[in-house]
Amino acid sequence: MLAYLARRLIQTIPILLAVAGVIFILFSVIPGSFASSLGDDGKAVLDADVMARMNRELGLSDPLHVRFARYVGQLAQFDLGSSFRTRQPVTGVIAERLWPSAQLAIASMLFAIVVGVPLGFLAAMRPGSLLDSVSMVAAVSGLSLPKFWLGLMLMYLFALKLGWFPSFGYGDGGLKHLVLPAVALGVSPLALLARTTRASVLEIMNADFVRTARSKGMSESRVVRWHLTRNALVIVLTTVGLQFGSVIGQAVVVEKLFSWPGLGSLLVDSVSLRDIPVVQGCILTIVLIFLVINLVVDVLCAMIDPRIKYT
Amino acid sequence: MLARLALVATISLAAFAAEAQTPRKGGTIRYTAPYGSTFANMDIHTSNRTQDELWAKAIHRQLYNWDSVANKPVPELATSVTASADGMTHTFKLRQDAYFHHGRQLKADDVIYTFTRIMSPKVAYPGSRYVRDIKGAEAYQKGEAKTIEGLKKIDDFTVEITFKEKIEPGFGFMNSYLSIYPADEAEKESFQAKPIGLGPFKFTEYVPGSRMAGERWEKFYKPGKPYADRFVISIMGEAAARDVAFRNREIDASILGPAQYVAYKADANLSKNILEVAEVFTRNMGMNPTFKPFADKRVRQAINHAIDTDLIIKRLVRDKAFRATSWLPTSSPAYDETLKPYAFDPDKAKKLLTEAGYADGFEFEWTASANESWGVPIVEAVIPMLARVGIKVKIKPVEGTVLSEVVRKGEYQAYIWSNTSGPDPYAALKCFHSKTPQNACNYVLYNNPQVDKLLDEAGATDDQGKRIAALKQVNRILQEDAPVWFFNYNKAVMAYQPWLHGLQANATELAIQYYEDLWVDETSPAK
Repeated sequence: MLAYLARRLIQTIPILLAVAGVIFILFSVIPGSFASSLGDDGKAVLDADVMARMNRELGLSDPLHVRFARYVGQLAQFDLGSSFRTRQPVTGVIAERLWPSAQLAIASMLFAIVVGVPLGFLAAMRPGSLLDSVSMVAAVSGLSLPKFWLGLMLMYLFALKLGWFPSFGYGDGGLKHLVLPAVALGVSPLALLARTTRASVLEIMNADFVRTARSKGMSESRVVRWHLTRNALVIVLTTVGLQFGSVIGQAVVVEKLFSWPGLGSLLVDSVSLRDIPVVQGCILTIVLIFLVINLVVDVLCAMIDPRIKYT
Repeated sequence: MLARLALVATISLAAFAAEAQTPRKGGTIRYTAPYGSTFANMDIHTSNRTQDELWAKAIHRQLYNWDSVANKPVPELATSVTASADGMTHTFKLRQDAYFHHGRQLKADDVIYTFTRIMSPKVAYPGSRYVRDIKGAEAYQKGEAKTIEGLKKIDDFTVEITFKEKIEPGFGFMNSYLSIYPADEAEKESFQAKPIGLGPFKFTEYVPGSRMAGERWEKFYKPGKPYADRFVISIMGEAAARDVAFRNREIDASILGPAQYVAYKADANLSKNILEVAEVFTRNMGMNPTFKPFADKRVRQAINHAIDTDLIIKRLVRDKAFRATSWLPTSSPAYDETLKPYAFDPDKAKKLLTEAGYADGFEFEWTASANESWGVPIVEAVIPMLARVGIKVKIKPVEGTVLSEVVRKGEYQAYIWSNTSGPDPYAALKCFHSKTPQNACNYVLYNNPQVDKLLDEAGATDDQGKRIAALKQVNRILQEDAPVWFFNYNKAVMAYQPWLHGLQANATELAIQYYEDLWVDETSPAK
């Protein structure tokens, strides 16, 4: 297992380097710069001389290969550079957004797991029933709802009409402000988890080992607990892992809508301001989180299902 | 004219309502920063974006402020400003009751430090655009001098500033990115996270991407102000989210877009508290004269005649704009009320095109951002109107950042943008001086010797009457030359809660308010 873990960790290095290279080239060829973003509101258009000096100061006047060499050199020293916007190290800029992002991702996935998995399980246990039909229609709807629209509807209902939660903001980082953005973000993975759980449970219910267990006189509750749950959990866990990584990236819309100070809103702001070091840092961080979560899921799957061997 | 009268009436009523009550001490002002992204950072010298000015007005102060009533910049940190006979040297007597948030009194050294910092040879600060006008500033920036020659400390509370040429410094020095910093604190690393200024509120908290907050500065130099104990500015770029928050009484004020403007005006309650002002922005379609058809004045005039501008303002901009007649907006001191806008006249447009040799029309590429008031939606409405006179349009959609860049570089055939056209009418029109480079603000490469001459005369004269007359003439010539399609002047609209008082109709940017004048009455739900 340790050798496997080491190999997986080493594999992340070329992936991260490839991502870094793609982002660098992409942002080097698309038009617009940090200096030009400062005048995009047409009000206080940046003076041409200031713009040229700013580009020199930020190293943007250097040839592409010089900038790339500098970037790779910094990366090799685990240095993501400095933000054009804040003029602070990118690691610090990202670090202050990580916790709000983690809060939102964890809360939305908890919501998705706590509601989605039992829903899928119950639907599979009574295939064709009203519960099955309703829950699967709801699941499909959940998958297809645009997050922006859903977020607005949640604001309208639970903040404006019922007054249960504030409509926006981070507050003191507590639960009150977290609920609505977490639900808006969690509905889509919830729907996916419900469908995945239902499909995997249905498949396992028809498997030979389940039939054998029943024919040997094992009680239904033991069949569910020992055979169905444990086997379905591997698929569910894999889906959770993939979705967990995704929600951090998908949080962009929800964070902007709810004024939530996470990594997603930082990424959007940095793209529009052409704060390239922060964009690179954000994407690398999201990719890294995704890789780590998937590694953890793989390890957990091996622990749950002894048939899975990692060599 | 009716629109202007209505505007004045609205503003007057709002002002009357505010003055009719005694300001209440205490409470929290819950303001919003509506322009998209998060704040750049806590060093206002690094950003000239409106979004950042919103927090800076709470924490910092400059040598000048914009007076919304007098419609001009007025000294703020100086008790008097005297100019020499040649208009080159200005002596600022600093107020002696201004204290930074760490308790130290404002001194002449702080002014000199601030302007020297902004001219740093190492860091490109946006404000250097204005400080560069000080004698010796460029030499300092290039490393040819150790100090800025034109900055002289007379005593602790007197600064003498000598400029390279005759200048009215207020229009530049009122910008937040020229805020006066404390010389002893600004170099410390902690200053970047916890700014210290001379403004009415002390910094308490910044949650990047979400909000910024401050508390009353007891030693603020205006007696009895600020009224509120605290302020919070929430970063809320999404108009729909702002709408819900406003209706839910979670924020005290919200800038409205066209769609919300209609909805709020139609609502019996919400319509009672709406502040409107003609801002100093001119929405226009710039035409590049290096693209052959646009080199001909008749073609440019034809475009102005071919578009039913009033219809677009009514249907798409939902009357949240004033029809543009030329470049200078209605709130400009040099606005010419006698000018009539281009009439919607497709037949005349066709005639002009035929005279110019384009009887069969032509095709051009129109660069536009996604902005709902001056972007792709407007271009899409104009396309069939131009098609009626034989002109085909290809839209080139771009981001705001890209628009800014391609226009400066002249890499366009036509663009649509919202450009500042004030508050200083001379500075606004100087963009059309042939010596102004395209990458500065002469985006349409305008060149008319008569305009150059009038602008030079306006810049040289001390007679305000002659100056305004010359600028009005430039504005008339611009209308005739039609370097752009004169679309509209922005009508900025703010909805505010009934408990919020003291808002000013700031024509330079309605969202920028002087927080010391704002107060909330006891009906505010915020503590």
